[in-house]
Amino acid sequence: MSEGYHIVVCAGVVPDPWQTLDPVPGPQGPTIKNEMMLPHVLDPWAAHALYEGARLAEQAPGSRLWLASIGPRAKLQQVMMTVAQKVRFELAAMDGPASGFTDADQTAAALAEMIRGLQGLDLSRLLLFGGWESASRGAGITLQLVGERLGIRDQFQGVDALEVLPDGSFQILERVEGGKHQASVCAGPPAVLGWATGNLPEPKNNPQLGMQNMRTILPALQRAKRFAPQPDGLRHLEAKVPSQLRETRVVKNSSPEEIAKELADWILA
Amino acid sequence: METILFFAFAKPDGSLGKSAREALAAAKELAEKVAPNAFIGAVAGGKTDPAASLLAGAGCARVLAAENPALDQARYAADAAALEAAARAAEATLVLLPGTSRAQRVLGGAAHRLGGRADTHVTELRPAEGGIEATRWHYRQRIEARFTREQRPWLVTLDPSGFAPWEAAAAEPAPEKLATPIDENALRTRVVGFKAPESGAETIRPDANLLFVAGAGWTKKQADGKPHVEEAERLILEFLRLSRASLGSSKSLVDLAGEGEAVLSFLTHLHQVGQTGATPRHPKGLAACCHGEEPHTVGWRFINERRAINLDPNCGWARGKADVLYVADAFAVMAELNKILAERAGQSPRQES
Ligand SMILES: Cc1cc2nc3c(=O)[nH]c(=O)nc-3n(C[C@H](O)[C@H](O)[C@H](O)COP(=O)(O)OP(=O)(O)OC[C@H]3O[C@@H](n4cnc5c(N)ncnc54)[C@H](O)[C@@H]3O)c2cc1C
Repeated sequence: MSEGYHIVVCAGVVPDPWQTLDPVPGPQGPTIKNEMMLPHVLDPWAAHALYEGARLAEQAPGSRLWLASIGPRAKLQQVMMTVAQKVRFELAAMDGPASGFTDADQTAAALAEMIRGLQGLDLSRLLLFGGWESASRGAGITLQLVGERLGIRDQFQGVDALEVLPDGSFQILERVEGGKHQASVCAGPPAVLGWATGNLPEPKNNPQLGMQNMRTILPALQRAKRFAPQPDGLRHLEAKVPSQLRETRVVKNSSPEEIAKELADWILA
Repeated sequence: METILFFAFAKPDGSLGKSAREALAAAKELAEKVAPNAFIGAVAGGKTDPAASLLAGAGCARVLAAENPALDQARYAADAAALEAAARAAEATLVLLPGTSRAQRVLGGAAHRLGGRADTHVTELRPAEGGIEATRWHYRQRIEARFTREQRPWLVTLDPSGFAPWEAAAAEPAPEKLATPIDENALRTRVVGFKAPESGAETIRPDANLLFVAGAGWTKKQADGKPHVEEAERLILEFLRLSRASLGSSKSLVDLAGEGEAVLSFLTHLHQVGQTGATPRHPKGLAACCHGEEPHTVGWRFINERRAINLDPNCGWARGKADVLYVADAFAVMAELNKILAERAGQSPRQES
């Protein structure tokens, strides 16, 4: 395809997985205590989608790559300082909660509207990327809902590979049960791809690229419209961190033979 | 008043897989409490007769069958159309599906077309005052939440392994054939096959009794100042052969491959357990040479009994993440363990259940 693709990567921001998460009741359902104080990262599976999107855009001249993100403006800005150094992209942002308790439906409606409004976007060349599940809500349906709203009927989830075939069609590998991939061939864009890990390592930080990207990212953040989801029939009754701590028996000074015997008894029991 | 539709995609032979039968058992139990006369079953696939008989045997008041060669393959456009058609025909308010990759791929899209809402990875559904209450995890198995929804239809996938599968006798069904509008546009995607990781050995075994997780320590320099990657490979593969365990990995270990370091050749990202990996379900788990960091252990949420072998007495496992931590050299322990398992092979390890 000589004109390339229009790749939009939907990616939220989530608390760094090292942080302790403590749910507290809020006016519109649960929230995370001190959420705004916690360092955030780009949602990890969506980050893989971004790297894969950047590679595809590089390989297909004429392509454009957008990152569409909804999150608290300050958090988006913090995360973009790093993400901007990874790959070249244009940002489209909305200022709203990044909570894992927000309804996917409303998030998807806002994302679809934002994507429709992207200047120069050609829906017939659209590849809608994102993570197959977020690290916050983990619903795995947001991209489906955005895709439906944009009229896209070829959708793939748990994607680890996308290969463009000589006739312009795609071969796509999706994770299915039993540690296997389902291989499909899709005629071409438009399509929705919810990425799992993909095959690319995280790009090294490139400060120069970061500075270039930030020239358009900062104005995009300033332009970000508000997104204020409503409870809309979804009512949380309780959110809790179940006690995970076990009484760990620490076995020191046992010989490998003794340990192996104990393990064998346990495994075969 | 609810009308409950149980919906599943049939296997190529027309039967229902284990997770579908688990979800069927859960749907039936809920229906008995909240919709005793309004429990409908639906199946979609290239063949559907065996599944339709099972649904009739489970007491579904109506059985709907969307049988179409296009539904032999799992692809979004046709599958979403089938689910949408079944929910409309049943006039369902609550649609329950097994949490398979095929159902998860289309749940949201179908809910959108039906003007309803969708929730995935639900672990429990129970009647509650004025409706139905669901439980699911947020933040990658860190926070468990209970919630209700007013919107209908409400489409829900149930995570596998939470329920005993439905096994009772099949009955002679009189399925209503469902016309599924599948046009050419729905066939822009073709499934061309399945691929297992290239390593050859099939090491991911969802039904295994034991999960064995290998960490990056297997590739690190050992007491003699050298790494022993080949020995690690041998020990692990031998253990998997003898124990029939399913193999998992830490992120660090699978990532090493991307950085061009010596790694265990049979590992892929599909093996990764944790925050950005899988959350497998096995009754027991054994970790070796893995530090037990939080982003890893969130993937152990559904592993009941947990043990770990690590040289470091202060590793994450020691801090309440495992039932037993053996502070020892995993190379030595696994070599002994393999010996014992081989000796006891007469009373061979418990196999997949
Ligand atoms: C956004 C994000 C997402 C992440 N997602 C995941 C995820 O999904 N899954 C995941 O696993 N991690 C994840 N991580 C990474 C995680 O934080 C850890 O870095 C990783 O789990 C460490 O892997 P490891 O324990 O194998 O390696 P290491 O931390 O290197 O630990 C190696 C261990 O091996 C032990 N060891 C060495 N030799 C021996 C021996 N002979 N016998 C016994 N023990 C020995 C050492 O004592 C050490 O404890 C994520 C991190 C981030 C930031």
